[in-house]
Amino acid sequence: MRGNAPQYRLETPRTLADALAKLRAEPGRWRAFAGGTDLMVLLEAGQLKHADYLSLHRIDELKGLVREPSGAWVLGALTTYAEVLEHPELARTFPNLAAAARETGAWAIQNRGTLGGNLANASPAADSVPALLAYDAELELRSASGARWVPHAQFHTGYKTTVLKPDELIARIRLPAAGGNRFHFFRKVGTRRFQSISKVCLAARADLRGGRVIDARLAWGAVGPVTLRSAHLERSLAGLSAADLGDAKRRSALLSALAAEITPQSDVRSTRAYRLKVSENLLGEFLDGLVAFAAGKGGA
Amino acid sequence: MVGETIQSNWVGRSVPRREGVSKVTGRACYVDDLSLPGMIHGATVRSPVARGSVRALRFDDPSIPWKEFTIVTARDIPGKNVVTLIEHDQPLLADGVVNHPEEPLALIAHEDKYLLERARAAVKVEIDELPGLFSIEEAEAKRHVIWGEDNVFKSFQIERGDVGKAFAAPGVRIVEGEYRTGAQEQLYIEPNGMIAQWSEADGLTVWGSLQCPYYVHKALTPMFNLPDEKVRVVQLETGGGFGGKEEYPSMLAGHAALLARKSGRPVKMIYDRAEDMVATTKRHPSRTRHRTAVTADGKILGMDIEFLLDGGAYATLSAVVLSRGTIHASGPYDVPNVRIRSAALATNHPPHGAFRGFGAPQSIFALEKHLDRVAAAVGLEPEELRRRNFLKHGGVTATGQVLKEEPGLNALMERAMKESGWAEKRERFARENPEARVKRGLGLATFMHGAGFTGSGERNLASVVGIEGLADGRVRVLAASTEIGQGTNTIFSQVAADALGVDFMDVEVARPDTKFVPNSGPTVASRTVMIVGKLVETAALSLKQVLLDAGYEVGDVREAVRRYIAERGPLKVYSQYKQPPGVFWDDKLYRGEAYATYAWACYLAEVSVDTATYEARVEDFVAVQDVGKVVHPVLAAGQIEGGVAQGIGYALCEEVVWKQGRMMNGRMTNYIMPTAADAPPIRVFFAEHPTPHGPQGAKGIGELPLDGVAPAVLNAVEDALRDLGGGLKFSSIPLLPERVYETFVKGGLA
Repeated sequence: MRGNAPQYRLETPRTLADALAKLRAEPGRWRAFAGGTDLMVLLEAGQLKHADYLSLHRIDELKGLVREPSGAWVLGALTTYAEVLEHPELARTFPNLAAAARETGAWAIQNRGTLGGNLANASPAADSVPALLAYDAELELRSASGARWVPHAQFHTGYKTTVLKPDELIARIRLPAAGGNRFHFFRKVGTRRFQSISKVCLAARADLRGGRVIDARLAWGAVGPVTLRSAHLERSLAGLSAADLGDAKRRSALLSALAAEITPQSDVRSTRAYRLKVSENLLGEFLDGLVAFAAGKGGA
Repeated sequence: MVGETIQSNWVGRSVPRREGVSKVTGRACYVDDLSLPGMIHGATVRSPVARGSVRALRFDDPSIPWKEFTIVTARDIPGKNVVTLIEHDQPLLADGVVNHPEEPLALIAHEDKYLLERARAAVKVEIDELPGLFSIEEAEAKRHVIWGEDNVFKSFQIERGDVGKAFAAPGVRIVEGEYRTGAQEQLYIEPNGMIAQWSEADGLTVWGSLQCPYYVHKALTPMFNLPDEKVRVVQLETGGGFGGKEEYPSMLAGHAALLARKSGRPVKMIYDRAEDMVATTKRHPSRTRHRTAVTADGKILGMDIEFLLDGGAYATLSAVVLSRGTIHASGPYDVPNVRIRSAALATNHPPHGAFRGFGAPQSIFALEKHLDRVAAAVGLEPEELRRRNFLKHGGVTATGQVLKEEPGLNALMERAMKESGWAEKRERFARENPEARVKRGLGLATFMHGAGFTGSGERNLASVVGIEGLADGRVRVLAASTEIGQGTNTIFSQVAADALGVDFMDVEVARPDTKFVPNSGPTVASRTVMIVGKLVETAALSLKQVLLDAGYEVGDVREAVRRYIAERGPLKVYSQYKQPPGVFWDDKLYRGEAYATYAWACYLAEVSVDTATYEARVEDFVAVQDVGKVVHPVLAAGQIEGGVAQGIGYALCEEVVWKQGRMMNGRMTNYIMPTAADAPPIRVFFAEHPTPHGPQGAKGIGELPLDGVAPAVLNAVEDALRDLGGGLKFSSIPLLPERVYETFVKGGLA
């Protein structure tokens, strides 16, 4: 290990108030350690720059799952991937989130890594983030002076940057209920079957009513500086029926519109050309699945 | 005489591993578990560039207490600044010039290993950079000459018959192809590590993770101008090698020893994964060009093969890797006219080195990939073309070796085809593929791997194994052959127990320590079971003979040993390798008996290719081989399964990303080895036709599985996609999805 552990400081507050007070007292000194599965990789490589961390794992207020009367789910920011997988009803309601959790790291990482940590780490290749984004997650950001709710779509502002202020923590994640019959699609294309980092990831869902798409979300990982939504495509899908979606001309127009909405790059893991084409192919798979869903019971 | 017939009481049984309990209970001592009084830690300052002249190394960063450090440069080497192997071209520490990224420039040591890490980063290295060579083509074109007169470490030419005449024969078709393989990292689970201790009285002792104690010994004596008896090398428990700890530990032992000598304290040097990946050896990248003359009915008349390796910046083992690759380049086929020209070239990559298969996986990949093209050119199925050209008993190899055994290749291939459901699946895939997004295909490779050193190698090594009686009547095997996870301890115990007629647990295997064990040669070249195992057997039989000659009853050998020692004193016998009569090898012309025997195999892969993501996956794998005699069924199957998994990585995902000679993905998150989830069911079948050269008929097995996987997988990928665009051709590994996609684009399919 190249990182020198004694050079770092890790404190473990027992209450949210205590943690927020520390963040407020010395702005910028402390950063959240919410599982640490990304930070430990940097530590091992001797590349972890920031020195002082608050480990949040003892703070119960950041844990737990609540189902609201509206049908929305509220997840503590420290919800681990394993907890997502172990909750059959949650996994059934938000299958893309469960699929992402299953494809994140190995069991050790799934036991340790958290949704809040994945959001705050702000990697464009995060696995759970596209799933949350496509489900219109809202994030509760807490500081010593109060709380604010931010739509997930506004949370990531650029490569590895967020709207989180130095004295704020992500406290809760709210996932609203579906607005109709919901079709879900998740596919991560990594460098191997498991324990890999995404080259392209698509988490999508479409809500249907009366046989037509009323609302669709397409959230992408690893094809831009942030996890992002293809908003233009989402709008194009609204109002379409199974027959519309099955139309070859429309389908090819939808596929070719994608290139304007994502900005993949070449790096050590893949190439821009491959990512573009595979994104298009995943969109095609999503559309095929959606057509079948709309034509079947989902279209009712 | 004893030993006319040996009863197989232990050989052939899956007995527990000798060191298994200590490994699973954590008692096994690896180098990083060992601590000596007063020990400090060492680190290596490395070159940031591929080629240049070193202007200065500055140890003047004010944040580092340099006075507390031991600092070693080339000037501190008491003997020769060279890592002795084949050529004497690789310095222990660069002296004035550097020839590859990560080349060692200096060594530092301190008791605080974190401060050491900071200090390493604070050393200022000033180098005037020179242009380098970063591919086989650049080395070939002699854009710069960086080694000798022509960038050629070594070249070979093998000739049989008259290739010119074969290509001019009436009616022959000529099929050409070019094939490439990439570098591959061994990825043993335990990175390289070494501890050294120096004293004027006793000289130098090193303990480490290594494959070849006597290679390290041979390298250390000239570095320190020490007589043989003043250098001691001890192998500790070793977490894998795969060839990656064949030559590199000599370098690391030299480094730790220099620091120990200068500091007067024991020094430990442990590489982390990142350093191990970027700085130590990998499999040689290769380029092979084939021209084949084949008759209309599928008889191969001539093969003209050019085989080139990227050797990296120093000669290291490239000449012998090239030799093995060259000899295996024409495969298990009886071809009357063959010409193989080969060369290992210098580049400014870190030196490439030994890796399981040792040149053969590269040349066999090219051949077995090419033969599917040859088959297609004459309208034959891949298995039929091979069937018409297999070597048989009495057949002749490219080096002119007349086979004294029946390889039985057709039977191996038939077995593999039957186990895989070849006929039914080929038909079904051809029917289903046109409509399927995920297409399926089958591919095979038939191949061999020569056991032991090439040609006169074993004669020159003249390996020695000892066996000694213990006071309680048990015996101890004395050999320098190392247990590196593959089962040496267990197999030697089985072989000796059968030869002596004692219980398996009454045989122990001494820790390889050059102070106590004879030189049984390096743990390489699939030689440990066949060559050294045979010596263990012979030594055990001699021990029994000594007992008999001294008048002891050998019905109960343990009791006889106990009484012999009690009554007469120490009981120790040695056995030395002797070349079997009638073996001929010409090192100049590369003609004769290249290997005493070969293991023969047919591997068959079933793959799927997802046309949405361009990912190829191996769905099923059948490995059928004749290894003479299976000494230990579980260990033998484990060797094959591990080799197949490693071969799948080689074929599909393990890519070293180079930039100006430096490995850019030296981490396990971006150097992608397959996990269990990427591995198919690997179904292993053995045929057993014993060889007289190995104990109870056993041949070498360790390297064999690496040879045949990649071509079988790529042949299967081509089969899966043969209905697309008139057939797509894949000629390079690793075949990443990005490469598949590029081939689709070139074929106008994406």
